[in-house]
Amino acid sequence: MTHDDMLRSDNLPHEPEKATLEGKNKFLGFWFFLGGETVLFASLFGTYLALKNSFGGTEGVPTTELYGLELVFIMTVLLLTSSLTSVYAMYHMKNHDFKKMQLWLGVTVLLGLGFLGCEIYEFYHYVHEYHHTFTAHAFGSAFYTLVGFHGGHVVFGLLWITTLMIRNAKRGLNLYNAPKFYIASLYWHFIDVVWVFIFTVVYLMGKVA
Amino acid sequence: MSKNTNSAHSEQFYKEKHKEEMKHQVITFAMMIIFTIIAFGLVAGGFSKYFTIPVILVLAVVQFLFQLYYFMHMNQKGHEMPALMIYSGVFAAALTVLGLTTIVWW
Repeated sequence: MTHDDMLRSDNLPHEPEKATLEGKNKFLGFWFFLGGETVLFASLFGTYLALKNSFGGTEGVPTTELYGLELVFIMTVLLLTSSLTSVYAMYHMKNHDFKKMQLWLGVTVLLGLGFLGCEIYEFYHYVHEYHHTFTAHAFGSAFYTLVGFHGGHVVFGLLWITTLMIRNAKRGLNLYNAPKFYIASLYWHFIDVVWVFIFTVVYLMGKVA
Repeated sequence: MSKNTNSAHSEQFYKEKHKEEMKHQVITFAMMIIFTIIAFGLVAGGFSKYFTIPVILVLAVVQFLFQLYYFMHMNQKGHEMPALMIYSGVFAAALTVLGLTTIVWW
């Protein structure tokens, strides 16, 4: 297959994301990366669990009083829905419908921005109402590292998807960029996977114990 | 000509297949929303922590598997290496969390 063939938008094969060797390698390499990310987040979760409610000599607000369930619930629904919309985008990619794929990726980005806005409000609220800051105590450091690292992933994912959308807007779908879209959507799902554990282990278990 | 009809047929076949997958994914989404509501409901309802914590952890694991197998397409063929990689990651992750949480107790 020549380079020009790869960049053609018509007559795409079934599963364009895995039709080329480059696409297959990206797919495998990215799953390998996700395995590593799992361990990375596990170390942050372990640190958080070990240092939860550790205030040292300073005064701090314990998890049961600090967290509010309403905002976390809204954030969870926003991120879960954005996971579904990126599935919709991949559905249209497999049917070779570039415009609809772009549309659903756009919806995904908007929902992700909504999530990010809620998280920024949440951190602002903790810092100003409860003096729960990064440097206040070990609990604060562990909390902001874990949740902030996830938030950082959301920011990166949003920039990634937006860049792909803008860069390929005029190209249309082809064998060169289909793997890129597919892998960005895998990343977005992984962000939601991590959030499932954050809302369960950090917020819900913090509210119970 | 016969080649053309063939590709039109297979296109139709894949369209139907994708539609079927999409249906499963929408059902997955609905179940994940329900599990999320149950988890939040249990915590908001103020049940005993020895009941609530195991249940919400199990719900999280089920959501994790839904996300992997339906949203990230691990139920489709050709996902042996991704499964190996993600489960190796989960294994190392479990050891990491276990190590970090037990060290503090001793």
